[in-house]
Amino acid sequence: MTLLSVENVGFAYGAGRHVLDDVSFTVPRGANVGLVGESGSGKSTLLRLLLGLDRPQQGRILFDGQPLETRRATYMRDYRRRVQAVFQDPYSSLDPAHRVQRIVTEPLRSLRLPGDHAAMARQAMTDVGMDPAALSRFPHQFSGGQRQRIAIARAIVARPELVLADEAVSALDLSTRVRIVDLFRQISTRMTMVFVSHDMGVVAALCDRLVVLDRGRIVEAGPTSRILRDPQEPYTRSLLASIPRMPAASQPEGQST
Amino acid sequence: MTDRPDAPRPDAPWPDAHRNDPRAEAHDGPHVSAPAEGPRSAEPTETSEIPAAPPSPRRRSRPAAVHWLGYALVAVILLTGLLSLVWTPYALSDMAGSRLEPPSLRHWAGTDQLGRDLFTQLMIGARIALIVGTGAVAIGAAIGIVAGVLAAFATRFLDDALAAVFDILIAFPTLLIAMLVVAARESASLGTAILALGIGLSPIVGRVTRILTKRVLAKDYITAARISGTGWPMVVADHVLPNIAPFLGVNLALQFGLAVMAEASLSYLGLGAPPPNASWGRMLQEAQGTVYSAPWAAVLPGLALFALVIGVNLTADGLRDRFDPAGREG
Amino acid sequence: MLLDIADLTLGTRDTTLVQGLSFSIAPGERFGLIGESGSGKSLTALAATGLLPPAIRATGTITLGGEPVLGASERRLSRLRGAAVATVFQEPLTALDPLMPLGRQIALPVRRRLAREGGDTSRPAVAREVRALVEQVRLPDPDRLIRAFPHEVSGGQRQRVAIAMALACKPRLLIADEPTTALDVTTQAEIVALLTGLVRDEGIALLFISHDLAVVGQVAERVLVMRAGRAVETGPAARVLTAPEEGYTRSLVAAARRFDTALEGGA
Repeated sequence: MTLLSVENVGFAYGAGRHVLDDVSFTVPRGANVGLVGESGSGKSTLLRLLLGLDRPQQGRILFDGQPLETRRATYMRDYRRRVQAVFQDPYSSLDPAHRVQRIVTEPLRSLRLPGDHAAMARQAMTDVGMDPAALSRFPHQFSGGQRQRIAIARAIVARPELVLADEAVSALDLSTRVRIVDLFRQISTRMTMVFVSHDMGVVAALCDRLVVLDRGRIVEAGPTSRILRDPQEPYTRSLLASIPRMPAASQPEGQST
Repeated sequence: MTDRPDAPRPDAPWPDAHRNDPRAEAHDGPHVSAPAEGPRSAEPTETSEIPAAPPSPRRRSRPAAVHWLGYALVAVILLTGLLSLVWTPYALSDMAGSRLEPPSLRHWAGTDQLGRDLFTQLMIGARIALIVGTGAVAIGAAIGIVAGVLAAFATRFLDDALAAVFDILIAFPTLLIAMLVVAARESASLGTAILALGIGLSPIVGRVTRILTKRVLAKDYITAARISGTGWPMVVADHVLPNIAPFLGVNLALQFGLAVMAEASLSYLGLGAPPPNASWGRMLQEAQGTVYSAPWAAVLPGLALFALVIGVNLTADGLRDRFDPAGREG
Repeated sequence: MLLDIADLTLGTRDTTLVQGLSFSIAPGERFGLIGESGSGKSLTALAATGLLPPAIRATGTITLGGEPVLGASERRLSRLRGAAVATVFQEPLTALDPLMPLGRQIALPVRRRLAREGGDTSRPAVAREVRALVEQVRLPDPDRLIRAFPHEVSGGQRQRVAIAMALACKPRLLIADEPTTALDVTTQAEIVALLTGLVRDEGIALLFISHDLAVVGQVAERVLVMRAGRAVETGPAARVLTAPEEGYTRSLVAAARRFDTALEGGA
């Protein structure tokens, strides 16, 4: 069943060149979909459209079978509860003036959701592998990886159906990146996720479907395994070929499926 | 921005290393747990991912002693101003001594050319300076913050227009604007002077607010707030104002100093608080003719003015360091 | 040895940022410095060129082209920086003058070197040299690029300009500090190929600093892994990246392989 459906979407800033041009794809409920593209591919603009921060000039976006009504406050309140996001820079995405408690519970407060907000915040912190005692601290007391966990806690605290992640591990060190990718894998068993990233390796580790974007257009879309094994388009092929690989191990390390 | 992870875990192998780089991962769990063992391998280390000691949310950019000097100066002037409401050595218009007496036990700060007690005038002047400074900054901040935040949120055209208005008004000397307001009100009074100075300061506050707000609006936590369903009014109240406050507060303290000095200038021109109010500015004006024969009559109000301006600025610095959780520096 | 760092310790008054670091680079050798953020790798590079911030205290010895770097006078250092070593940074936009056409920026080090070598510094001679460099780094449309300003060209092209400026000095050592981190993967692949090709052809030694193990693996013959200011492991790149001995290196390699494996179709 389709949760999110993007139909012939086009977008341009001002009178400029199209940032997105006739973009169509669907996100099945429960799936992990990766939107892959380099700078200028339009992936960030697409994410803003999916978050209802901008409206497409052509085409439409359907969520759970209904078109996105970004101008209707009651609709958007419901949409915000059901769709959350994690951003790239954990140093910019947490308000430095607020304690973690206030940060994590912001969706609950702003959307006036019922329930014991403090308990929900503690649960969300446990879900992302953080000690709930961290709720009483300020963001600057945490490392990048810990901050990203807090940002993920905020995204899942209202139990959304869809989480959009915008380059959510790109700013992290390699060792931290692996741990946050693992965390996303855990979380993704409970909800639908869309990962926007330029990093093919990360997306491949997380997503079962890929959408490859280049200069505002979809180049190729399909199951991750098929695109990695048998890319159809020259752009996808050059993208995959450009990714630096580790030198072949003399003796195979660990598991490779 | 200098927000970086604080308080290294005491058991971290090299607790100092992360100071090198704000993105350090020095305490993001032990690195040695091989991350590739499987998707759940990091599990056992997760709960330890928290700084051990809760560090104080304060960081100081300057020795606290300097701030304490600021607090002390402001406190002394504030208490003096309050005391002047109930007690002064003499009545303001009481010609209690002879002309231009030097400081003595009877007249701690000497007397002016009419024989009035200068210490009495200094005490009342403290009150007037505080009222003028606070009042003018309050009016300037009220107009300036509203206009600045509006400009930051406005569409391109309105933003450009407001920015231009700020710049043009700033190009007008505050004093000139204040003189126009006083002229328009036809008579000089304390209220007019405060209103005039407040209006004169507002474009400076507006411009600073606009820039600070724009900087905050570009942060991801604003987008995150919108995604969380936070409406624009709450975004301003909950995210923008707290984050511009540390910088704006320091700026307003500077404006306070400007206002007090501008009031002195207005008084000097005869446009400030009219008698029977005593203001440090008018004391300076009246001492002008006798500065060589009775230097104390000019030096003492000058020193008082200086102490207040310095005190307010140091206080603002100190309060920022104390209450800004992220310990940002200007 | 071209660059010889022995027992280097760097720190501020109350923190140690690099401790007891030693390594050396032979003429023409491609050496990789691997580390995560906060490992001290970039600071080490600054120390090697004598560009440490004043607040940093350094002990140990650094010898570059036979001359001591630590404690050397600014005059000696600037001569050394012109002749022996050149640096390419992560973000070329901040390293280039936004108000000067690219051709003139490349001409600056060219003219300095020609003057130093007693060569012909006339306008046509410099222009010829600039043109040759622009072609050497394979910038497209050289005539337009020489007149363009930094903001008018792409990130990859800016990085090529930065490499051209570094080559203009004819250095014996090129330091590249995360030179591809800000670039797209396709551009990164081109820049890595260009850089390795150039240093190999010109016989320039390369100190390549990066957090990306796979990229370092493509560039370097020998690597040093740093963590929190200390050397963790050093050796031939092929050995360290395939059969790491230290726990930390193993965890880094495993993490990098994890994403490689995902690309091969396994999760």
